[in-house]
Amino acid sequence: MKAINKKLWILLLLLTAPVMALANESNVHLDKAPVNLKNTASIQRGAILFASRCLACHSASYMRYNRLMDLGMTEAQIKKGLELPEDVKLGTIMQAVMDTNSAKLAFGIAPPDLSVIARSRSADWLYTYMRTFYVDTSHPSGWNNTTFPDVAMPFVLADLQGTQTLQVENKNGHEVKRLVLESPGSMCTAKSAICTDGYDAAIADLINYLVFMSDPSAIVRYNLGYFVLGFLFVLLVLVYALKKEIWKDIH
Amino acid sequence: MNLLKKLLGWIDTRFPLIATFKEHASEYYAPKNFNFWYFFGGLALLVLVIQILSGIFLTMNYKPDALFAFASVEYIMRDVHWGWLLRYIHSTGASMFFVVVYLHIFRGLMYGSYRNPRELLWIIGMIIYLALMGEAFMGYLLPWGQMSFWGAQVIVNLFSSVPFIGHDLAILIRGDYVVSDTTLNRFFALHVIAIPLILVLIVFAHIVALHEVGSNNPDGIEIKKHKDANGIPLDGIPFFPYMVVKDSVAAVVFLMVFCAIIFFAPDMGGYFLENNNFVPANPMKTPEHIAPVWYFTPYYAILRAVPPIFGSQFPGVAAMGIATVIFFFLPWLDRGKVKSIRYRGLIYKTFLTLFVISFVGLGWLGQMPSTPTYTMIARILAVVYFAFFLLMPWYTKIDKCKPEPDRVTSK
Repeated sequence: MKAINKKLWILLLLLTAPVMALANESNVHLDKAPVNLKNTASIQRGAILFASRCLACHSASYMRYNRLMDLGMTEAQIKKGLELPEDVKLGTIMQAVMDTNSAKLAFGIAPPDLSVIARSRSADWLYTYMRTFYVDTSHPSGWNNTTFPDVAMPFVLADLQGTQTLQVENKNGHEVKRLVLESPGSMCTAKSAICTDGYDAAIADLINYLVFMSDPSAIVRYNLGYFVLGFLFVLLVLVYALKKEIWKDIH
Repeated sequence: MNLLKKLLGWIDTRFPLIATFKEHASEYYAPKNFNFWYFFGGLALLVLVIQILSGIFLTMNYKPDALFAFASVEYIMRDVHWGWLLRYIHSTGASMFFVVVYLHIFRGLMYGSYRNPRELLWIIGMIIYLALMGEAFMGYLLPWGQMSFWGAQVIVNLFSSVPFIGHDLAILIRGDYVVSDTTLNRFFALHVIAIPLILVLIVFAHIVALHEVGSNNPDGIEIKKHKDANGIPLDGIPFFPYMVVKDSVAAVVFLMVFCAIIFFAPDMGGYFLENNNFVPANPMKTPEHIAPVWYFTPYYAILRAVPPIFGSQFPGVAAMGIATVIFFFLPWLDRGKVKSIRYRGLIYKTFLTLFVISFVGLGWLGQMPSTPTYTMIARILAVVYFAFFLLMPWYTKIDKCKPEPDRVTSK
């Protein structure tokens, strides 16, 4: 009995291995992105926002439009939702409207490809970054960001969130930085001026989409994983029974 | 049935099929008191097979070209049927290979598996370990991400710190003045054919040597000392079917862990697949923080812990090299009267515990940015690491051992 208990413990410990993987740390405080790959409606809304805003400058060179069919969208829905011209082949990759050279001239740096940005930057980082732009007239673009200081990207979603400013207060000798929403954008639903919930929800959709795009296998993997583990569990029971049977004479 | 017998007979007169099966399976006797720790050798073999099989299919779709390598990995992830599964099997397999090999080596340390008559078996095993490190290092360049590129750059640059020949040696390895397309091509060749071929050959030699001397066991005593009238060890049981079914149970449990990682957490929070490696290699942009994959971090921490002498990094490089090679000398460093930790005294147990703490601690420090405090801790742990080996002739000799049993015990 004791031996079996020990084995069970070891088994449990091994099975928790994936759970124990720790997240990487960062010096900037990051808000938790409410990523949920089961929410395909949210991913679809994110895809539409991505296509209408981000694809102007950024490419997603490893992502084909028809991959969105994994989310249950039909070809017609993709074309209509993403406002693609009729003659666009859905097997093509998501290419930026702006070409790289013009982008370099405009921003001083080529906007990065966003195909796997959610894997290199992490969902939490992106979720925070997209909500921490503020007006900074000392900057060529007129914008700055507390998550990514001196970023070259202008805030292209200002009409949705509104404009924020950075306020630095001195509290007991410590500098406390705070973003304040000066004028709310079109996605601000509540009466209070500091409310950004509508915008936050839109960004949550966008990040959800970026996470999906960074590894489209994820939505297949999770479902398949349970079947694979279930199969292996049945196999384990059988192999263990076989072992017991063959070993019954060994003492 | 008769036809099968005839076929077997036909083969057997031309090839020692049945004799080989008997010698290495049905009449090869393994100690009956194997415990949990004895699963990892077989599991390492399983992972080797998994890596070779998944690697073959990845090779069919991967492009070893600095312009296309990164994109071809994403192409495998998205456009190749089940490509994501192949890639995650291979990337998870790389890390799990080191998990099982480290546990396998630790088993050897606990039960004195390197002692007479298994010195050569141990040495062959350590050669496998070194080959595996080379295999993993070269394979890590292939996705051509930032960590692939800069990791390779840092490690190859270590060779340039070797006095006199260092500069030329580094160029010889890279085939260029920096890590480039040429480097990628040769690492690809070495990763998919040269080292795997060597690995398979020395793994075969490892098993041949094992079957010559027989397995050690948790009691660290020889089962060949007590044989019955037919010359069969009294405490031995045939490898087939007993060990085969027992190892099968372990294999299924292992596959459950393996699949849980593949399907639910393939990047293991940045440990198995580093976040920064999803940025394509850029020779013009050095990442802020370069850390090797987790299985190299103990040695990387030792490298960073040793201060440079006269501006040369060579002492650190030498320390790192010695830290890996020192395992070869274990059979002659250990002067203990008994092999197994079960009958060793408190001193050996303390030293082994400290060694494990230093190895894990260095592994953790190796992936952290170096700060003065961390460097100091790394120095202390590096001293503990080397003390385990260098003081071994002394502490194993004065250690108070318990008497070994005559026959194996089951716990």
